Amino acid sequence: MFIIKYKKIFLSIAGVLMFASILSLLVYGLNFSVDFTGGSVLEVLYTDRPDIQMVEGVIAQHVDGKYLVRPVGDTGYSIRMPYISDEIRQEISNALAEGQPGYTEEKISSVGPVISNELKNKAFVAIGIVILVIIIFVAFAFRKVSQPISAWWYGLIAIVALLHDVLIPVGIFSFLQLDVDILFVTALLAILGYSVNDTIVVFDRVRENLKSNREMHIKEPFAETVGKSLESTFARSINTSFTTLLVLLALLIIAGSAIHNFIIALLIGVVAGTYSSIFVASPLLLLVEARKNHR
Amino acid sequence: MVLIVVMALAGYFIYNSEKTDSNFHFKYGLDLAGGTELVYEADIGGVSTGDIDDSMQTLRDVIERRVNLFGVSEPIVQVEKASIFSGGGSEYRLIVELPGITDVQEAIRLIGQTPTLEFKLLKGNITEDSTPEEMAKAFVDTGLTGRYLESAKLEFLNGRGQVGNEPIVVLNFNQEGTDLFAKITKENVGNVIAIFLDNSVISTPVVRQEITGGTAQISGGFTAEEARDLARNLNFGALPVPISLASTQSVGSTLGNDTLNQGVLAGIIGLGIVSLFLIFWYRLSGLLSVLSLGLYMVILLSLFKLIPVVLTASGIAGFILSIGMAVDANILIFERIKEEIAGGRDIRESIKEGFRRAWPSIRDANITSLLTAVVLFWFGTSLVKGFALVFGLGVIVSLFTAIIATRFFMLSLSIEKRFWLKTGISK
Repeated sequence: MFIIKYKKIFLSIAGVLMFASILSLLVYGLNFSVDFTGGSVLEVLYTDRPDIQMVEGVIAQHVDGKYLVRPVGDTGYSIRMPYISDEIRQEISNALAEGQPGYTEEKISSVGPVISNELKNKAFVAIGIVILVIIIFVAFAFRKVSQPISAWWYGLIAIVALLHDVLIPVGIFSFLQLDVDILFVTALLAILGYSVNDTIVVFDRVRENLKSNREMHIKEPFAETVGKSLESTFARSINTSFTTLLVLLALLIIAGSAIHNFIIALLIGVVAGTYSSIFVASPLLLLVEARKNHR
Repeated sequence: MVLIVVMALAGYFIYNSEKTDSNFHFKYGLDLAGGTELVYEADIGGVSTGDIDDSMQTLRDVIERRVNLFGVSEPIVQVEKASIFSGGGSEYRLIVELPGITDVQEAIRLIGQTPTLEFKLLKGNITEDSTPEEMAKAFVDTGLTGRYLESAKLEFLNGRGQVGNEPIVVLNFNQEGTDLFAKITKENVGNVIAIFLDNSVISTPVVRQEITGGTAQISGGFTAEEARDLARNLNFGALPVPISLASTQSVGSTLGNDTLNQGVLAGIIGLGIVSLFLIFWYRLSGLLSVLSLGLYMVILLSLFKLIPVVLTASGIAGFILSIGMAVDANILIFERIKEEIAGGRDIRESIKEGFRRAWPSIRDANITSLLTAVVLFWFGTSLVKGFALVFGLGVIVSLFTAIIATRFFMLSLSIEKRFWLKTGISK
């Protein structure tokens, strides 16, 4: 199996991508949206859109601190600013609507600092719990397979694959400075589920082959067992990812701006998840085995 | 055959319940239907720990009454307790969802009309010319507020306390309020107790004797209408705990509609592409799995209506994503059957064996997905909850359709071996 043969190359690619993601995180940081930082977002729609300078002027008059005005669609603006009271929002609306009969407010959201902090904490805790639950579950599911490597390794390696799948979208979002909001965290959590799903299918095949080898007293190098398992799950992995990608691409092209970033995150995650289940998880199994046996 | 009938019936149910004015319409979240969500922080500092739940419940009821008063359709008012994360004590919140109201100002006004009623003692000297600051200093809190109010009603009296033409508002205190009022009046015979409404004096009666009956009258030269409004607002008004606005969200209905339509369109196109792919790759068995997928869709959509699940943008994304998961189980099985056939088994045996062997993978994979869904649901702001619920339901339903339904379809057709070989299941 070519994957086993070139496992170091595939692992290195994953390693480099993960490293680049971490680097990007350190250098650029994440562009947290108001969900996490607290603040207000106002999305407005015009029939005849005024200049961005006019909008910025209005905001600068009413708001202290950093603000960001972005065109949305053909006739709208999205304005992000520090947390404002509703009275100030009303003043801003009045100023923006002046002389613009087609003015409508599409979306207003203001998040106070207490709630945004809590969301941030919840997000971390949720990701932590998912990871913990998965390690325990995988170790449990593989409890009967302790040869040649212990069941805990399967869980741990599933987590490494998972970190890979989560780090890469985070890295890309950091590099491109896309908004990190609640939906992004949801996407990450969905990726966690998907990634483990993918990895487990491959591991499951390894488990089955190990079991039948033991029953039929066949002695086979671990590398060969893993290679065979990979080969027989390869078509499934590719086909499943392919169908999921098709659905996501359809969503990406059609769906509105509200869930655009969400879909992008999922797309990246699915590609990374497929890669890691084939090219990262199984080679890692072999590395662990090799280290254990040749010490 | 039975399955196909079920499918047709469920399809009819979905179609029909959307047309008529039945109770089973799809329920759309604020991001799709348009509306406003307000989150209030409750200040429970003054409430003893044991009474918190009660107070929050009362708060919820009061706010709900106020919202209902304005005829918003299907408002949601709920208490949320946020703990452990915020460090130290718990935070209590009130979440108010108002479908159809897209003007935040209007929504806040609708809820926020809290008449604060206070009784204050006049201690200093004031004249007609006193500045507001002097006025404020002259009055001292007695601790008696609208909180102790049981009810307020409108009556008409004349100057001597008989039925007449002057509209007044009669306040009935609860037990605690009655005691407090009695104590205050006893200690202050001859003094002025001013009644403040929303921080302005509306009446300055002089205490003549101790009042033990627990009733007080406000006669501030109202018109009948003003007095009626005041009585109503006081009835609805006395909030057990102070609240302050912590976050607001509002989505216009056009934006919501666009998101909904695009989501549905994306779902249909995605489904179409997946179906084409399945049929192209797995031929007859692919067609059968598309049938199962159809069954999956109608079951899930029926569940959305029956439970009912509130559909949000992220929920629709979860739904579309779960299609991928539903297909996955079938792909796993088909690949396995191919292997079994390649291993030289008889076709019927291969199908059975393929299902049996694919099962552990499908089970483990789906359990992890379910675990994720559960954690997500718990994580839950409404946005994430919508996604998690749909995703979790999707996983469960897909287990049924992908395994039981597809297996049934395949076995009932798998008579002719050559027929299967020709149709793409073998290599």
